[in-house]
Amino acid sequence: MKNFEPVIVAFCCHYCAYTAADMAGSMRLRYPPNVKIIRVPCLGKVDAIHIMKSLEKGADGVYVAGCLEGDCHFKNGNVRAAHRVDYLKKLLDEIGIGGERVEMFAMSAGMGERFAQTATDFTEKIRQLGPNPAKVARNENQRAAG
Amino acid sequence: MITAERKPMEELIQCVKPYRSILLAGCNECVTVCAAGGRKEVGVLASALKMHFMKAGKPLEIQEITLERQCDPEYVEQLVSNIDQVDAVLSMACGCGVQEIARRFHNKPVFPALNTKFMGASERQGVWAERCQGCGDCVLGFTAGICPVSRCSKQLFNGPCGGSTNGKCEVDPSVDCAWQLIWDRLKALGLTERYEENLPAKDWRPAGGGGPRRIIREDMAS
Amino acid sequence: MKTESTLEKILASGDLAVTSECGPPRGALPQKVREKAELLRGYVDAVNVTDNQTAMVRMSSLAACIILKQMGLNPILQMVTRDRNRLAMQSDIIGAYAHGIDTMLCLSGDHPHFGDHPMAASVHDIDSIQMIQMVKDMRDEGLFQGGEKIDGPPKMFIGAAANPFADPFELRVSRLAKKMKAGVDFIQTQCIYNLDKFEKWMQGVRDRGLHEKVHILAGITPMKSVGMARYMKNKVPGMDVPDEVVKRMGGVPKDKQADEGIKICLETIERLKNVEGVRGFHLMAIEWEQKVPEIVERAGLLPRPNSVNLGAQNVRGGKP
Repeated sequence: MKNFEPVIVAFCCHYCAYTAADMAGSMRLRYPPNVKIIRVPCLGKVDAIHIMKSLEKGADGVYVAGCLEGDCHFKNGNVRAAHRVDYLKKLLDEIGIGGERVEMFAMSAGMGERFAQTATDFTEKIRQLGPNPAKVARNENQRAAG
Repeated sequence: MITAERKPMEELIQCVKPYRSILLAGCNECVTVCAAGGRKEVGVLASALKMHFMKAGKPLEIQEITLERQCDPEYVEQLVSNIDQVDAVLSMACGCGVQEIARRFHNKPVFPALNTKFMGASERQGVWAERCQGCGDCVLGFTAGICPVSRCSKQLFNGPCGGSTNGKCEVDPSVDCAWQLIWDRLKALGLTERYEENLPAKDWRPAGGGGPRRIIREDMAS
Repeated sequence: MKTESTLEKILASGDLAVTSECGPPRGALPQKVREKAELLRGYVDAVNVTDNQTAMVRMSSLAACIILKQMGLNPILQMVTRDRNRLAMQSDIIGAYAHGIDTMLCLSGDHPHFGDHPMAASVHDIDSIQMIQMVKDMRDEGLFQGGEKIDGPPKMFIGAAANPFADPFELRVSRLAKKMKAGVDFIQTQCIYNLDKFEKWMQGVRDRGLHEKVHILAGITPMKSVGMARYMKNKVPGMDVPDEVVKRMGGVPKDKQADEGIKICLETIERLKNVEGVRGFHLMAIEWEQKVPEIVERAGLLPRPNSVNLGAQNVRGGKP
């Protein structure tokens, strides 16, 4: 597993997690550049297909970060996201990609440190897990063909 | 609506294994409403299968299409443009749709991605419950709007049985006793004297007892 | 008299009738049927033979009834709507009558969920009340359910079950009225532990005069242990076991519980003898059939009328 740099996609809700990311920035906190942030108005906007396509197109790990329980600006978008993540974890286990590659985290807008820590921890976890097996096989295929 | 659930992934993987390319066909009607085989579900299943077979070193080409319905020949005809490019079709419609595709494309293998379950209604988001079994001779007018065929575990026409407990069926405590519901509604409608009218034995011919059924509208059929 | 049934004769005479049960074995073992049934000879007027009880496959009720008939006992054919369509039912009914079986019980049957074949399709072509109507028309009109004439109509004395303890209680008298309307002759109730509730139901039955149109046999099951009492209280749908009964069973040491169960059973019978409309008792001593003779004797229900148990005098040396 030489020099494996995980590609991480993080869907962050505008009201909490994305603001926390901003906070991390202003606090000059460091977190891995592997994490590509996608801002969404609410985690309820993130559908199964978004997470699946992220993995299909080469992400090694995906997480959704949203408001703490009870604090969702749109009432229960974070709850919907949690259920969808649980569903996808099972599906990813069934197809051999691994449900550990998808997670959900909760944080408030002021939790800059938590944002940075989450990004760091998740990146490290995926680094240990190794690259997305679909991506590995596809790259090998392309190498063999080309 | 007709409700269905996606087959287990393991079964679907085994099913498409022999093929290099498939057409994954969804349906925009009932299976969309019960979140089993609509455009969204087609997208997720296509992505899942692609990743699985990528990992297995045997990439599977998947064309995605969601028809308005699969139970009308006019819509199934739309598959003509894609069908020659694929080895097989995996249909995410109910059993009716799968069969219509098989009928139109006689020489193309067609497989069901779903297990079709029942005709039902939404109880709340994400929960669908059986309401109708298409018995062909509706008695809902006699039973205050609750169906004894589809909602009573023993399809009693003169229930309840001795296993009704606290308004629930003996078979499953989460299932309402249909005859408790009927009685409650008869009370609400002021029709309690109807309870003692014995409903006669059912003629099951309209329910399919006479063989596979068909409706022909003389005024419409050409 | 509508039939030749011995049970009908006894009930018509005004005597208290006594029936019991014989559950057939889960295999082709006729000897087991004979052993169980023999215990009851001379102590009961008729013996119910259950039909795939609790949805577990057993020797068919019809086959076991024939064995009882050959022994000179008086079987009651139980038939559930779960396993047979109306063709098979009518076929078995005329077959049973051809063997001299003239009394039957019409039931819905426990759901396959509870049994050893939960994967089986239930039939329920007709329900128990429609079956009662069907058997009545076979007997009195000589017609099959489909409308055609029967050559040699079966003259069945028709019974059904009643459960005063199932929900909703407010319907339970009406249900009896429905069965009466359909043509039922006699009823066996679910086993009784909650005497207050039973008497309340009987009051409702009497208020409508149903007790004069239908012979009601009170169901009795002796408790073997406090474990059994708890199980029946909590795990069996449609069963009402009051706390006092469980407490009473648990209040005696383990080796005395069986006796206490019999005591409760006898007290119940005594109390029920005085309830107007109770025309007899149906003893269901599940897996405890050998206690039936003792219960019948201690309850003062002997001797049974002479007209039954043809072989009884030879076997018991003069005891009727």
